[in-house]
Amino acid sequence: MSDFIDIGSVTDIPLRGARVVRTHRGDIAVFRTATSDVFALDEYLPGKAGPLSNGIQHDNKVTDPMRNWVFDLTTGEALGADEGTVATYPIKLEDGRILIAASAVTAVAAE
Amino acid sequence: MTEKLVIIGAGMASGRVIEHLRDADPEAYDITLFNAEPRGNYNRIMLSPVLSGDKTYQEIVIHDADWYEENGVTCRFGEKIASVDTAAKTVTADNGDVLAYDKLLFGTGSNPFIIPLPGHDLEGVIAYRDLEDTQRMMGLGKGHSAVVIGGGLLGLEAAAGMAARGVDVTVIHIMGHLMERQLDEAAGYLLRRALVDKGITVKCSANSKEILGEDGKVRALLLDDGTEIPCDLLVMAVGIRPNTALANESGIMVGRGIHVDDQMLTSNENILAVGECVEHNGALFGLVAPLYEQAKVAAKTLLEEEAIFVQKEVSTKLKVTGCDLFSAGDFAEGENREDIIFRDPARGVYKRLVIENNTLVGAVMYGDTDDGSWFFGLIKDATDISEMRDTLIFGPAYQGGSSMDPLAAVAALPDDAEICGCNGISKGQVVAAINAGAHTLDAVKANSKAASSCGSCAGLVADLLGVTLGDDFKMPEKEVICKCSDLSHDDVRKLIVAKELKSIPQAMQELDWKTSCGCHVCRPALNYYMVCAWPGAYEDDGKSRFINERVHANIQKDGTYSVVPRMLGGITTPDELRAIADAADKYDVPTVKVTGGQRIDLLGIKKEDLPSIWYDLGKAGMMSGQAYAKGLRTVKTCVGTEHCRFGTQDSTGLGIKIEEAMWGAWSPHKFKLAVSGCPRNCAEATCKDLGIICVDSGYQILVGGAAGLDLRETELLVQVATEEEAIEVSCAFYQLYREGAQYLHRPYKWIAKVGLDWIKEQIVDDLENRKEKAAKFHYSQKFYQVDPWAERAKQGVDAHEFTPLADFTKVAAE
Repeated sequence: MSDFIDIGSVTDIPLRGARVVRTHRGDIAVFRTATSDVFALDEYLPGKAGPLSNGIQHDNKVTDPMRNWVFDLTTGEALGADEGTVATYPIKLEDGRILIAASAVTAVAAE
Repeated sequence: MTEKLVIIGAGMASGRVIEHLRDADPEAYDITLFNAEPRGNYNRIMLSPVLSGDKTYQEIVIHDADWYEENGVTCRFGEKIASVDTAAKTVTADNGDVLAYDKLLFGTGSNPFIIPLPGHDLEGVIAYRDLEDTQRMMGLGKGHSAVVIGGGLLGLEAAAGMAARGVDVTVIHIMGHLMERQLDEAAGYLLRRALVDKGITVKCSANSKEILGEDGKVRALLLDDGTEIPCDLLVMAVGIRPNTALANESGIMVGRGIHVDDQMLTSNENILAVGECVEHNGALFGLVAPLYEQAKVAAKTLLEEEAIFVQKEVSTKLKVTGCDLFSAGDFAEGENREDIIFRDPARGVYKRLVIENNTLVGAVMYGDTDDGSWFFGLIKDATDISEMRDTLIFGPAYQGGSSMDPLAAVAALPDDAEICGCNGISKGQVVAAINAGAHTLDAVKANSKAASSCGSCAGLVADLLGVTLGDDFKMPEKEVICKCSDLSHDDVRKLIVAKELKSIPQAMQELDWKTSCGCHVCRPALNYYMVCAWPGAYEDDGKSRFINERVHANIQKDGTYSVVPRMLGGITTPDELRAIADAADKYDVPTVKVTGGQRIDLLGIKKEDLPSIWYDLGKAGMMSGQAYAKGLRTVKTCVGTEHCRFGTQDSTGLGIKIEEAMWGAWSPHKFKLAVSGCPRNCAEATCKDLGIICVDSGYQILVGGAAGLDLRETELLVQVATEEEAIEVSCAFYQLYREGAQYLHRPYKWIAKVGLDWIKEQIVDDLENRKEKAAKFHYSQKFYQVDPWAERAKQGVDAHEFTPLADFTKVAAE
């Protein structure tokens, strides 16, 4: 049994690009940085930021297109004066495939 | 009692095991060494110097026949092991010999990974792994050509080695920059530059499609984009895979590599493994340092001594003459991580240190790697660097002293670099004026003419005063582009042209950027400056654009988009309107609105529907209205002489002609126009970036209006007699603004800075310059008048932007 699910090839996302994974709990933004590291974060911080996959990436950060908040891709935290955190999910690269934690994408809303 | 040790594979790791065993207890084991290659242990790492001719094979042999004899090792080279019987504790050689063992050591190394492209089995397609491969490459010389797939360590060493032999080499790399696992973008750029200087062609972000052959032999490599690169030899250096086939058949545990514990024991207590074939705690190994550490541990385990293998940080150096680079540790950004960056554009030096919790965790260096091992020591020992942080980047020899020089980029300019474009003044002339006694900005203006016209080079002139006079000159405060640089927008623009900087990483290196790859403020600005300076030559970087310009629609607060088709001059047809209405129905468009610029806006469209709605609108002849662009937006018109009893000229026709000439252009900010057919001004031309009011005697060209956050009335630039002149002046004005204004400044802000009089000098009084600017604009338009909607709707450009990577909402929840 695997805890991770294959969601595509690393080349499906261009360098410094991002794409969305749709789940029953909402969209997850999957980022691929200039150094080809991958990160998975919630696409929205409700009422405050998102869609983050549409932001500009620089280093391991993304700038939200709506209000220019800058989020750290490694922690999901807003940097600088802004306060807020988007959830991050375990994600990894193996042999050129992107694997995301199964728990992030398969669960249904709790209530 | 002497036990029997059988070793499979005579590589560097297993060779080191034998050395340790013989040093510790020569009588402990009776050793038999099998190797599939017909030779013993040589230093594979040094194959690259053999390839380039710096060393011979003899010089890189580690263990020769005499050594094996002296150490009592029974060598069976050129022989493979066919099978292992772990129950009987025997191995069977491929000639049928059966040998018993007490302990068995796997050192089977790795196999190069061959991408299964069509044609990968053609003669002349090789890997870069052993002496045979090296000799194949050494067989090439002047007049031959080779392609190397893979811009990692090994691939680049292969490329440089062949290039040193006069071979015409092209490197194909799938990633955006070379050696992306060891280097960041900036260091990758410097490396690429050095390789290009050696005559090597480097193609990054390039996808191989097929290897083409002729009579069973490789002829060329075909890329995704249709490019064909002819070659006599094709080297794949795209990575290695642990060689685990025999281990797998023997029934010991294998994942990506042979599983070993901290003692280098496999799942079988009598079998050990070392080197590139092993997997330890999920990690694979390719560099020599950890392999030698494994060998030490394996030898101790064989001697029943205690030892533990611990994975440590590794460092990398590229063995290519003239490419001095070093990389160690982890240089990804992260929370609590900070960068210290040093760049010396003149010497081509880049250094980046990554610090976390007052310790150094990563280092990347290019051009000057003398301090590499010192930094590596700090990483391995997790030394607290808080005391020396200020001077850390200068290395062990440097404590205290002055900080980095923000003037370095200007100091490095050659004497003939143009500083003042208006008056054609070079750096040498400015410096000469300063040396002749002009010690203030005003004095330089008066004596050299530099910065005396539009004034946008004043920042650079001040920098030159600082460089030339040192502390005697007090630098004026200037507004920097963003926190990533000490330069102003004007400085950056001028240096991009003067130093012919044609990519963002190149600009960041040469202009001494303080961050590794910029931020959301400077990246879009740099991208625009490159688009403007190098039409046709610069490859637009969509990832440096704001989302609206990246997906060619306007993002709305709920994450949906709005779509505005172009309607030249605000004129439409029943057919276009029907197509718009059909599209609005088909895509459930919640809001259809008429815009202030005389266009129709379809709001609330889902991102994934964009390419198909564009396809439908395209079928009716419509293209992107670029209502999202920092670029040409709309030309509003009134109906003019065609219908209006007050009209003096064909304002609609002129508006359409201007929009036809200008659509698709990018500029520092949005650019809106209007043409009114008489001074009653129904098209509201007097609050536009450029407005034209038709009068009986011709056309009044008005500039610098705005009706946004600021309300500005236009000023008269010139009145001309003919439509042709009106179009030429408009294009020349737009080009002057495109070349001169700082990113995100509308024309009125730029005019306030340079003065309307200066603009009149440039394109009203100087007819030749007017023609030149207009011609430059038209040249640029040849590359940018491409409908981005059609590219995306019909040619699949950037398809990844519009579809989710995966959709789990369509998977039934259990």
